[in-house]
Amino acid sequence: MPGPPAAAADPYAAERMQMIQTIQAHARFTRSARAGERLDARVLEVMGNIRRHEFVPKRLRNRAYADRPLPIGYGQTISQPFIVALMTDLLAVEPGHTVLEIGTGSGYQAAVLARLSSRVCSIEIVPELGRSAAKRLERLGYGNVETRIGDGYYGWPSCGPFDGIVVTAAAGHVPPPLIEQLKPGGRMVIPVGGPFTTQQLVLVHKQADGRVTTRQLLPVRFVPLTRGRR
Amino acid sequence: MTSLLAIAVVSAGVLGYEVLLMRLLAIVQWHHFAYMVISIALLGFGASGTFLALAQAWLRPRFVLAFAANAALFGISALVGFALAQRLPFNPLALVWEPRQLLYLLGMYALLTVPFFCGATCVGLALIRFGDRIGRVYGTNLVGSGAGALGIVLILFQLTPPDSLRLTSLLGGVAAALMCLGGGQWRRSSVTWGLAAAAVVLPLAAPASWTELRPSQYKGLSLALTVPGTEVANQASSPLGLVTVVASPLIPLRHAPGLSLNNTVEPPAQLGVFTDGDGLSVITAFDGRSEPLAYLDFTTTALPYYLLERPAVLVLGAGGGADVLQALTHGAAAVDAVELNPETVRLVKAAHGDFAGGLYSHPEVRVHVAEARGFVAGAAARWDLIQIPLLDSLAASTAGVHGLSETYVYTVEAFRVYLRHLRPDGLIAVTRWLKLPPRDSLKLFATAFEALEREAAPEPARRLALIRGWSTTTLLVKNGAFTADETAAIRTFAAARSFDVAYVPGLRAEEANRWNLLDAPYFFDGATALAGPRRADFIARYKFDIAPASDDRPYFFDFFRWRALPEFVALRSRGGAGLIEWGYPILFATLVQAVGLSVVLILLPLWLGRRWLGLAPAPARWRIGAYFLALGLAFLFVEIAFIQRFILFLSHPLYAVAVVLAGFLVFAGLGSAAAPRLAARSQFLSRMSGIEIAVLGIALFALAYLALLPPLFDRLLALPDPSKVAISLALIAPLGFCMGMPFPLGLTRVSARLPQFVPWAWGVNGCASVTSAVLAPILAIHFGFTAVVAIAVLLYMTAALVFRAPLGDPRP
Repeated sequence: MPGPPAAAADPYAAERMQMIQTIQAHARFTRSARAGERLDARVLEVMGNIRRHEFVPKRLRNRAYADRPLPIGYGQTISQPFIVALMTDLLAVEPGHTVLEIGTGSGYQAAVLARLSSRVCSIEIVPELGRSAAKRLERLGYGNVETRIGDGYYGWPSCGPFDGIVVTAAAGHVPPPLIEQLKPGGRMVIPVGGPFTTQQLVLVHKQADGRVTTRQLLPVRFVPLTRGRR
Repeated sequence: MTSLLAIAVVSAGVLGYEVLLMRLLAIVQWHHFAYMVISIALLGFGASGTFLALAQAWLRPRFVLAFAANAALFGISALVGFALAQRLPFNPLALVWEPRQLLYLLGMYALLTVPFFCGATCVGLALIRFGDRIGRVYGTNLVGSGAGALGIVLILFQLTPPDSLRLTSLLGGVAAALMCLGGGQWRRSSVTWGLAAAAVVLPLAAPASWTELRPSQYKGLSLALTVPGTEVANQASSPLGLVTVVASPLIPLRHAPGLSLNNTVEPPAQLGVFTDGDGLSVITAFDGRSEPLAYLDFTTTALPYYLLERPAVLVLGAGGGADVLQALTHGAAAVDAVELNPETVRLVKAAHGDFAGGLYSHPEVRVHVAEARGFVAGAAARWDLIQIPLLDSLAASTAGVHGLSETYVYTVEAFRVYLRHLRPDGLIAVTRWLKLPPRDSLKLFATAFEALEREAAPEPARRLALIRGWSTTTLLVKNGAFTADETAAIRTFAAARSFDVAYVPGLRAEEANRWNLLDAPYFFDGATALAGPRRADFIARYKFDIAPASDDRPYFFDFFRWRALPEFVALRSRGGAGLIEWGYPILFATLVQAVGLSVVLILLPLWLGRRWLGLAPAPARWRIGAYFLALGLAFLFVEIAFIQRFILFLSHPLYAVAVVLAGFLVFAGLGSAAAPRLAARSQFLSRMSGIEIAVLGIALFALAYLALLPPLFDRLLALPDPSKVAISLALIAPLGFCMGMPFPLGLTRVSARLPQFVPWAWGVNGCASVTSAVLAPILAIHFGFTAVVAIAVLLYMTAALVFRAPLGDPRP
């Protein structure tokens, strides 16, 4: 696993620390399918080292570490840091894993995954976004991320099979080739919702016998029933 | 006469612009924000009253110039204001995260208020100028407004929305020119003529970029067009929506919402069909073979075909035809496909007929352009399956933006109509997006259950089934009890596709959460509670409003509950923003803004300047205020409530709005023109004043209609459309006629005794009208439209009461 870039003389270091604390605070109100009320410490450590401000448009850099989604053009957004942390945690990425991302966007999610796994393959459908993300990831030293512009439907067979897949583009359905390219025991995370709101997360789990189940998760802990007065 | 024509033209322009603006903003933004922006912009009506009150002394002798200038400015600002508003970087989706969006929103309000201000100033000026002929002036205003409402609907069938904007804008210039022609001492003013000429030339000469629509980059169509090779293949505009067909040859659309993870078949080529840049449905390439369409067997909507043999199917909301294809590939004997938008049908049938394999001309398919509920209610046929597929986009559903939309497809009465049109053992199948925590599916379940109870169906709990995939749910309602074989077939169907059975008679909790795991079997728990004795308690304790929707409260998509709001707000930044159902909060926020801005911009300046304006004495001021406030609220309450009643009868929301709105305005205009004669005769005929006679008529007709219209409509529903329109207008005529009278009668009294109050009354009435349009749906959500009409009648009676005594002596 490549080491994190140097954080020295980084004017955003304090904001990034604050962001991690916010994520930790939010995590107490959720329940990750993986680790109860705590997110994987490695995910937080990685996010604490990645220069998120490099992944947002220059005019929005002062808000790069706010816990909110930000527009990146072409109708796309860079997800709220808490949702990025949650999705990454759900994927349960380990060193040695290969991960596929459909929807590179700014490249931030790929950068997070790159620090936790051995190899990330990321496909973006919008050429302009794909090109700028590829340049950015290269410039920032994420050498284990491979990017491609094109149709994510067929996955990336030559890069797979995958231990984890994250489909960050809103999906009406899950392409069958992606299920095929998921290793037995592998996980896929699909955020469901609009560009500025993640309604729910769907965790697809491919069992050892090839059967597929999903787990439907809210980003927050919420009980729909109001307790009675007694 | 020419002056009256000018008033009619500018009135038509203003109302036409209001209706058009709803279309324009729905295309570039989203419908619910369009509603809010326009509601606030209409405060320009009220602000014009303030302006006239402050400036009337100066304006009165310059009537022609002032009228022509305002008419011209209406036309200019209608076009320029919209062009500038489109350039603001307003993104309503980011409102929850970005306070600065509120500034852009304010900018939109300001830009779009100007045309309404100028248009209303024209009418207010005329009311001051022709104080002795208020009935005729107000009547002309109402008739012109009615013509504008109806006219813009007709125009939108012929012209694109940007061209319609130019035409509406042109009306300002035409009105200005007419006033110049008919005016007196200012006839030769070069300023007046110059403004009129500018207002005529601008709409004709403005660059295309001014009126070109710039949809939000976050809308489905905008997103689709970012994909390489994707292009617009066809576009058709009508008042029902801008339908855009998109071809994406390089990277196919592959639209198949809710497809099982077990599916292995890639959907064939598709064309995307967007309405107002959103709400994707698809036209699927069809060559007569069913193999490429095998994926259609892997959606939750396929379930009913495993319980029925060669069914006669009715698809409500056929769109591009995916559900019709599904019916055909599953052996349907006949398919009736109902689609609201004729343009969509034309595109599938003609323009892309070859691509669609002649689907809508297939011998087993009959296509009907109609509103779903009205079609079923008026049909003599019965079906084995009534299929109600996903009618809205996932993005719209998850944003909760439909909260304010009335729908008569998902009410208890609608389900009763569907049940009566089922053959023995037939099924209703309703599919919704899966939302967590469950909302739509449970509300549907409760609605269907209540409909079964009201139809006195034995054992309603045995007639329902609910399955869920990873992103959709399908509810089945059977005309009969599910047999053991059928529940077994449902289980088998679900298991083969990794769907979960959420409810069938006899299901155990541990069976209900196998493939798509939830923290708890919420859907099973909810459905079981709703089918049992704890139903009322469960609905009451649920954090979302899942009480069945009814025709009187047709807000199926409103799930909002005040008591859950603090929790939603607290969770908002912790990833819980998706829990907030935005429809109701936006409506309520609009009401707060409308009332607040009314007070700050209109009532406060008038109150502060009351001595300078000579608006004393106080008792008369308050009585005048109360009278015109009550009228402003009541007129729109009645109008909005009856539009809702007539939607069911006319089977089409657009025709209902156009016919009812135009009917009310035109007949109220006639009533207004006849009001002075009524007032004169009333003094001879009875001890009642003209106002009291008019209010009595309103109360009688409005309350009688509440009781009589539903059974009358039931009997007449099968009549052809032109007859139904004629009957509707005949029914509206007496009520509208009476409703047109109290305003001019009251204003005539004010004009005779305290003429300086005329603009104040105009302003108060304007504010009340705006507030009323927002308040009516809020009241309807809580109490129903029957209550809205009852409140309106009470308001009219209050108005009559406060104007019983004379207003006092004319000012010295």
